[in-house]
Amino acid sequence: MVSKDIIIQMIDVNKWYGSFHVLKEINLTVHKGERIVVCGPSGSGKSTLIRCINRLEEHQGGRILVDGIELTKNLKKIEKIRSEVGMVFQNFNLFPHLTILKNLTFALIWARRMPRAEAEKIAMKHLERVRIPEQANKFPGQLSGGQQQRVAIARALCMNPKIMLFDEPTSALDPEMIKEVLDVMVELAREGITMVCVTHEMSFAKTVADRVIFMDCGEIVEENEPEKFFRSPKYDRTQLFLNQILQA
Amino acid sequence: MVSQIPVTGFLFAILCCRAMNISLHKLNDGRITGLLMQLVVVAGIIYLGYLLFENTQANLEARNIASGFGFMSVEGGLPISNTLLPYTPADTYGYAFFIGVLNTLYVALFGIIATTLIGIFIGVARVSSNWLIARLAGIYVETLRNIPLLLILFFSYGVVLAGLPGPKTSLNPFFGCFINIRGLYLPKPIFQDGFGFVVLALVLGAIIAWVVSRWSVDYRDRTGISIPSGWIGSALIISLPLITYFIAGGPLEWDIAALKGFNFKGGLVFRPEFSALMIGLVLYTAAFIGENVRSGIQSVDAGQLDAAKSFGVSKGKIMRRIILPQALRVTIPATTNDYTSLVKNSSLAVAIGYPDMVSVGGTIIGQNDQAIEIIGLWMAVYLAINLIVSTIMNWANSKVQLVER
Amino acid sequence: MGPSASSSSSNLLVFVPRPSLPAPRQTVGIIGWLGASLFNGWFNSILTLIGLGLLWETVPPLLSWAIFNAVWTGGPADCPAGHNGACWAFIYDKFRILMVGMYPAEQIWRPLLAGGIFVVLGAVTVFRLLNPLRLIALWFLFLLPVYWLISGGLCLTVVDQSLWGGLMLSLGLAFVGILMSLPLGILLALGRYSNFAIIKSICVGIIEPVRGVPLITILFMASVMMPLFLPVGININNLLRVQIGIILFSAAYIAEVVRGGLQAIPLGQYDAAKSIGLNYWKTTVLIILPQALRHVIPSLIGRCIALFKDTSLVIIVGLLDFLGMVKASAQDPDWLGHDAEAYVFCSIIYWVICFSMSRYGHSLEQKKEAE
Repeated sequence: MVSKDIIIQMIDVNKWYGSFHVLKEINLTVHKGERIVVCGPSGSGKSTLIRCINRLEEHQGGRILVDGIELTKNLKKIEKIRSEVGMVFQNFNLFPHLTILKNLTFALIWARRMPRAEAEKIAMKHLERVRIPEQANKFPGQLSGGQQQRVAIARALCMNPKIMLFDEPTSALDPEMIKEVLDVMVELAREGITMVCVTHEMSFAKTVADRVIFMDCGEIVEENEPEKFFRSPKYDRTQLFLNQILQA
Repeated sequence: MVSQIPVTGFLFAILCCRAMNISLHKLNDGRITGLLMQLVVVAGIIYLGYLLFENTQANLEARNIASGFGFMSVEGGLPISNTLLPYTPADTYGYAFFIGVLNTLYVALFGIIATTLIGIFIGVARVSSNWLIARLAGIYVETLRNIPLLLILFFSYGVVLAGLPGPKTSLNPFFGCFINIRGLYLPKPIFQDGFGFVVLALVLGAIIAWVVSRWSVDYRDRTGISIPSGWIGSALIISLPLITYFIAGGPLEWDIAALKGFNFKGGLVFRPEFSALMIGLVLYTAAFIGENVRSGIQSVDAGQLDAAKSFGVSKGKIMRRIILPQALRVTIPATTNDYTSLVKNSSLAVAIGYPDMVSVGGTIIGQNDQAIEIIGLWMAVYLAINLIVSTIMNWANSKVQLVER
Repeated sequence: MGPSASSSSSNLLVFVPRPSLPAPRQTVGIIGWLGASLFNGWFNSILTLIGLGLLWETVPPLLSWAIFNAVWTGGPADCPAGHNGACWAFIYDKFRILMVGMYPAEQIWRPLLAGGIFVVLGAVTVFRLLNPLRLIALWFLFLLPVYWLISGGLCLTVVDQSLWGGLMLSLGLAFVGILMSLPLGILLALGRYSNFAIIKSICVGIIEPVRGVPLITILFMASVMMPLFLPVGININNLLRVQIGIILFSAAYIAEVVRGGLQAIPLGQYDAAKSIGLNYWKTTVLIILPQALRHVIPSLIGRCIALFKDTSLVIIVGLLDFLGMVKASAQDPDWLGHDAEAYVFCSIIYWVICFSMSRYGHSLEQKKEAE
């Protein structure tokens, strides 16, 4: 289940937005095949943390290594890392002017230079995996929120990434659609892909996470296996957060 | 029937309101009251029209003004300097007006092309990450948007162009090009026999370039390899005519303007009236188009950029395939307005003496007082041009709409 | 993580957040900003250098012409031809006619008083001292008194309209144009939006042609054609004809702006009004229009600015407004060769007025978004 290879390593990472210190001395190690859930109050820096992993945000201090490659200003390295890391966003971020099929084949054709027929085969395969192959020729505006997010997951999976990042994937969904997206994520987790997921859905953490990380004020407060994390947190801050979350 | 229009109109307005109110209360049938009210309004309009017609007839008679378009075939004697087609004062009023219409179309067409290019440049500069360039573009936009176009035209014509040196001390930026107070002179190409082949080669090059670009899309679909069809196409369009030109022995002569006496003769001439009009129109409208481009680009959700970047797609591809198509959704409708504005603003030519349709028409009115006919022609031509521009832009707009539920 | 002594009430550790450190020097402050914005990468650096070069070439000569070498007071002799500085004495000399045209000098207190009223009304508007309905009523209220002030009659000497000119005329044309075209434009918009085919076609038949032709043709129509439409012998002076043309032109554009606002009203509003038992006019005036107009206030301000700039076209039909007086002054034989100063002064005044209006519209838009 958990291999010894380290796939993400963050060493003493510091980040500022202007003069605001948003990430403080982050030290994080993720092994291949691990499923990590990051939680915490809003403003704690969780989204910023995972956005640093695929360089959507730049860190100013410390080092970040993804699959052995260090993230620096080198554009070529950044693009290589990005093609190995898939990301799913809170607001889906599907391309509204392209069909679902074109959304999925976009990266394959323009970043991987694949022939269209081959790209479409891969795209349909992943659409079936998230159980909406019939929507291939529709446009994102014609789909429900849950369907759009599943398409977004399929789109990220098309690139066959080694790591999947989820930035609050269900926060923008109506309650009845959260389950369909979580089901897909649970299936994904069971297949053994490395996942780092920022979410408030504690059911997901309890079901599939190997580790839960709690962040506040830009630093990692504590991390633990799910049962130990939920039953006996080490810090008062964690307990406070859990009380708020589990009450809802 | 010397009628008092204001009083009559007022009475009718009151009648209409009363009719609506009374009907609504007493008859209580929406359709009948609606029909009744509309009938009243139509009757009022017809009556008003009759009054106007009567008054107009009376006035035209009293002032001895002719009616109808007969004047179009009368010899005009109007001196017009900037003409696209050959013209002499011995030509008719009708032909003179036609020359004016051609000039309007000429200014409109090249104005739209030039202002689009500059506008795109300004808009992109406005959203540039370079603070200095963004601020400079911002100053440009905020300055030009808040002063009248007529002022810009007067300034260009009366100060900038009037400040140019005389013919004897013309500016000479490159060979064959002279700039002085009388105009901008460029070498005029004179096409000899055999130039037809060069044109043919150009057309051929364009067709081949188009075919190559179509084929390269197909090729990329099949194999995933991108061919730089843009570069190849451009190379073809430039090289094929060039090669044909040299093979045909250079069938091109140039008429270079030369100083003869006090003035330049020959060459391709752009008079200061034309230049001032173009400069003013293009720079003024570009400020507005720049704003449209800026709001278009800024209307694209930042998440789109995030998602496309997260796949490792290069910045150029992201711009062309993701940002631009979505930006055009906002830019195109707004720009339609600016294009029609440019066409309408070309009428300001009358203020600096460029003989566009309004200028020539105004002169004709000054000579024979037939304002109704001329104004009617103006309206017809402007409405026609704007209809064409709107139709083209609406077609473009429909191409960039999103499909939603 | 900064663990400290466990709290006494439970066996949980107390979380003490790390202190925030200041950002590294190269990323903040002037150096950071320069590096990030102006010189990040060779392309941006070249652009910055070109931009700086452009500024270097234009700003110092402009400043030296406009300020350092300029002549501020004096007569024509103080500004000889070839003097490489602006002659603001020319503007100073012509100031009165640039502002009020040929208005008699001894009656100048009347335009000044009108100007003062205008400024006070402007302040009331900008500082939002009254609600919109009262505000518009206030502007309408002052329309006739100000007109009487400028033109005369009763106990004031009559000043003929042919003497009116300058900035006073521009502002007057724009002000009256906006005020009168608002109700007309709203009526046209309501007509176009209604379901009655005849009314709708008439309104479209007025709006579309007026919007599709240049203002100059409308002004020509008003100036040259209108006398032909009036009964023989009845004349209205040129200024009134031009004003009517401007009102008609502006009304067509306002109609389109208001139509956009009407289309943004959800149909539920009409249902609610009908269920209370309101008739068409009550619904429109009390419920629909306030919402529609509130939606489009920024666009309406934009139309005001455009109208003010458009009044400059009246020079073509023979009225000497601000731009007209500026141009005419530049032809004064005593003061030849100072076109540049004239147009620069004109630009500055127009720019200040239009820019202030656009800032006001901006602030209204932001206030609306905050709601």
